[in-house]
Amino acid sequence: MPNELVDFALVSVAMLGIGIYGLAVKRNFIRMLFAVEIIINAANLNLVAFGRFLPHSGGQTMALFSIAIAAAEVAVGLSLIIVAYRMYQNVDIADFGSLKG
Amino acid sequence: MADVAFLALAVITIGSAIAALEMRSLIYGSIALMGTLGGVAGFFLLLDAPFVALFQLAIYVGSIAVLILFTVMLVKRELIFKKIEDRRRKFAGIGLMLVTMVALGAVFLDSGIKTITTDEPATDFRDIGTDFVTYYWPALILMGLLLAGSVTGALVLAKREEVENAKRAS
Repeated sequence: MPNELVDFALVSVAMLGIGIYGLAVKRNFIRMLFAVEIIINAANLNLVAFGRFLPHSGGQTMALFSIAIAAAEVAVGLSLIIVAYRMYQNVDIADFGSLKG
Repeated sequence: MADVAFLALAVITIGSAIAALEMRSLIYGSIALMGTLGGVAGFFLLLDAPFVALFQLAIYVGSIAVLILFTVMLVKRELIFKKIEDRRRKFAGIGLMLVTMVALGAVFLDSGIKTITTDEPATDFRDIGTDFVTYYWPALILMGLLLAGSVTGALVLAKREEVENAKRAS
């Protein structure tokens, strides 16, 4: 293995930072979903990297579970976006305040 | 020390992650998101996890990114090209990003994981399959039920008539 564990961990940290920036700054619902995807991918990368270097097969197994659950999350999130877009004709989350209740 | 493939993948992944969030057009943004997801699949290949890499390509790049692309196409044209963001929060967001990166990076660089290296062979994907059907079988069944439930929920949510009835009633 020419690459070290800390390299993968640093790339994962960079992706986490970018995702946090997107969640904090963007108000577009779809962009916030992008940011969530980037954070989930950072977590998966960490799981597989630590699983490779320990070494243990649990990392890859958990990464596969995480990928499948992320697929479910995106399906529900996108249908929520479609519903909110039909009601408000906008994707700005500042307009979605009356969705509650 | 990292090799050339790793550095190229890191540049592609992080660059297209920034592009996905910062590009003016949402369509180009979702294509850049595909670049990020594909780059992570490349990292999985570097980590000797071809099974997870193929899953990543099939599920993320193949279905999630395409699903996002289709949702973007349902949105009005002027909303696709309009940047909606908090100007006041921009610097706070950048600060938060830098604090996260520097703090977590310092923790990683200072911890003992710099010395971890391995010569052991990679996990065989047969072991993962065996794990799935032996130790993790309740979780596997639960995951199948969760996927079915979430897809049903998504279909119910996106059904047209009920939303329009609710809109008329409100």
